Amino acid sequence: MKKDISIILSGEAGQGIKTIELLIIRALKNSGFNVFSTNELMSRVRGGNNTTEIRVSGKRVQAYVDRIDILIVLSKNAISRIENRLTKGTIIIGQDSFIEKKYKNGQYNIKDVAISSLAKEVGGMIYSNIIIYGLIAGIFDINLNLIKEYITKHFSTKGKEITDNNINAVIKGYEKGKGLKLGIQVEKDEKTKKQVLLSGSESIGVGALAGGCNFITAYPMSPSTGVIHFLAKHSEEYGVVVEQAEDEISAINMIQGAWYAGARAMTTTSGGGFSLMVEGISNAAITEVPVVIHLAQRPGPSTGLPTRTEQGDLNLALYAGHGEFPRIIFAPGNFTDGIYLTQKAFNLADKYQVPVIILTDQFYIDSYQSIKSIDFSNFKVENYITKTHKNYKRYKITEDGISPRGIPMLGDGFVRFDSHEHDERGFITEDFDIRKKMVDKRLKKLELYSKESIDAEIIGSKNYKTLMVGWGSTYGVIKEVIQELNDNDTAFAYFKQVYPLPNNTKKILSKAKKLIIIENNATSQFGQLIKRYTGIEFTKHILKYTGMPFSLEEIIEKLNGLK
Amino acid sequence: MKKNYDFDQIPETGWCPGCGNFAILKVLKDALDELNIDPQKLVISAGIGQAAKTSQYINSNCFNGLHGRALPVATGIKVSNPDLVVVAEGGDGDMYGEGGNHFIHAIRRNIDVKNIVHNNMVYGLTLGQASPTSRKEFKTPLQIEGVYLEPFNPIAVAISLGASFVARAFSGDMNQMKKILKKAINHKGYALVDIFHPCVSFNKINNFKWFKNNTYYLEEEYDCTNKMEALKKAFETDKFPLGVIYINEKNKTFSENLIAYKNDKRPLYKREVNPQDVEKLLSSN
Repeated sequence: MKKDISIILSGEAGQGIKTIELLIIRALKNSGFNVFSTNELMSRVRGGNNTTEIRVSGKRVQAYVDRIDILIVLSKNAISRIENRLTKGTIIIGQDSFIEKKYKNGQYNIKDVAISSLAKEVGGMIYSNIIIYGLIAGIFDINLNLIKEYITKHFSTKGKEITDNNINAVIKGYEKGKGLKLGIQVEKDEKTKKQVLLSGSESIGVGALAGGCNFITAYPMSPSTGVIHFLAKHSEEYGVVVEQAEDEISAINMIQGAWYAGARAMTTTSGGGFSLMVEGISNAAITEVPVVIHLAQRPGPSTGLPTRTEQGDLNLALYAGHGEFPRIIFAPGNFTDGIYLTQKAFNLADKYQVPVIILTDQFYIDSYQSIKSIDFSNFKVENYITKTHKNYKRYKITEDGISPRGIPMLGDGFVRFDSHEHDERGFITEDFDIRKKMVDKRLKKLELYSKESIDAEIIGSKNYKTLMVGWGSTYGVIKEVIQELNDNDTAFAYFKQVYPLPNNTKKILSKAKKLIIIENNATSQFGQLIKRYTGIEFTKHILKYTGMPFSLEEIIEKLNGLK
Repeated sequence: MKKNYDFDQIPETGWCPGCGNFAILKVLKDALDELNIDPQKLVISAGIGQAAKTSQYINSNCFNGLHGRALPVATGIKVSNPDLVVVAEGGDGDMYGEGGNHFIHAIRRNIDVKNIVHNNMVYGLTLGQASPTSRKEFKTPLQIEGVYLEPFNPIAVAISLGASFVARAFSGDMNQMKKILKKAINHKGYALVDIFHPCVSFNKINNFKWFKNNTYYLEEEYDCTNKMEALKKAFETDKFPLGVIYINEKNKTFSENLIAYKNDKRPLYKREVNPQDVEKLLSSN
């Protein structure tokens, strides 16, 4: 019985690999397997070579692995890019003509499945992906009725003929998969049936709705757009204003108008778009209007690698905006935290009237995984809007720095927001004394927030000597490394709040004899941040900036190299 | 006598004596007052510039944000609370230069915002450079041999985008300006009022007299619903037409198009949100 199996689907853009992924992970999950899937795509709509990795496991996994147990080849030239990931045991499934001669030297276990001719028997090449869905289901011996049910659901709007053809296709694939007699058996975990399957994008979207988000505007940019698509899909039910902005500058300013008038608004973008928002973030800071920004990182500078992953924009998020002002930055590493932190972001933005940034990346956003169900009764939409009176002062100097925020038409006062330095009533001032008081007032809010900061989490041995430090989407892979190592000396410090640094930062880092920082970037931006605020310097780094996420094997190998 | 929109104490303005902004400020306040618009319901979204300072001198709600960004802010405000009367105000550089892209798309959205643009064909607050509407050959400390760019034509752009209301006024004629502003405020949908006005400090060419001599009022019988006729008017430059140049009532407003207002007309702040209602999105299938 295997611990886990990794399946790679390799083909061209436009072949419907995504459909296979979505159908099969659901079927596997509901048959008692833990699943995790992630894809790496070229920035094109057709052709090229894209791969999707699906891990089927007895335990919960959330990491990319190099190892390929089963490779399903959907097109020509689909192996060479990933040939260094093949092992002796790799099973390669595909039609003979797609598998180049050099792989047929007996090293690999090749299974010739004539997918095109099967597809033609059903009605055309378009059915190839559904045949592959059936094939994988057959390999894992999933209940055929379940498989058919998903097909019926998936094609419910396409009419009877198309549905019937797809059912024929799935049956053909299924029989073929069983007929291969691969004898693959993975431990089952019945709990998965009750779990919830979702993508990174969906985790941010669900979190936003749970945080009371009723306004989203964004300019489309990979990999951040999934969030606004999700909210658009549910906009009628939850009453969300959804608008495609003409540019990111518009988006960041529009959400400020929305909060000003009483909405709970967010925008979603990637590095280039966020760069355009920088002036707007500074405006939110001085007008003290709340904003929630989701920043899904991809490798830069500039256009960089549009469809790939990196943790290269931490410094951008940290320092964006002219002038000095507080902000809060979260970096969820798993989907449960993605939901939790995004809903919290709305409450905090409202309470402290500061920009709250949620940092994710392409790897996080485009992955799928099942999570334990979440108790939504713990969530509360906290509303800090105040009813104004006749002499309402928008920027009243208060002890804790928070001036009660009114909105127009709620109360008798006027609500005056100003981007200039202003007095308590919101009028332009150049009085140096008031200026200083206003700067102090704004900065105080961060001190106040620090009292409810979210601590870094220790995963692994509490009596660690070696501590691996990571933030955001490296959570899954570092956690699995800890499980693989299974030693009492090593732990992982997972930071889901990256700014301000959590209160336990210095304490947990000082306890370790050896510190290793792991980041999906070239300059260890988080390591630099920690050094700046704690004086603790990292001498051991594991950094990756190829555009791909870390693999499990890669971190283990690099750790061994550091010994 | 203190009227609505007046402060208890008259604020000191940052404008030069003789500036056209004074007339615009007075007329806007009077127009709002005469239309019985409750100052509690008004929000002025302004950018940065001498014109945008108007928001500082009106006793009401305001969001005085970034240069060029008054329209996106106004859009966010209006769509979050459609009960508000929202004015986006600024100068020609603010709205047509820095905010040019937003100008185009606010028109396309047909957001129910009154877009008042003080057009003096020059940059005042930055001390005298060319604006998008500066006429050719206009010399400035930066355009030392004169402007060689084709002037931006906001009226033609707005009409070609199907704007729902397009007008031009002149600050030197307060009566007519008030009539035009009142029509704009009463109009449902996006309304552009481009107001010619002299800059006494930095534009010695397009002064009061120049505007007086280079403009005329559209005749009573002019049909402002005919798009092609309106475009012809928009391209007249020997003498610029004043008045309501184009009205297009065919399109729904932005808020009317939104799914969020399909089943619920209440402004967003009045809607209760229950996070428990979101749980069902995470069904185990």
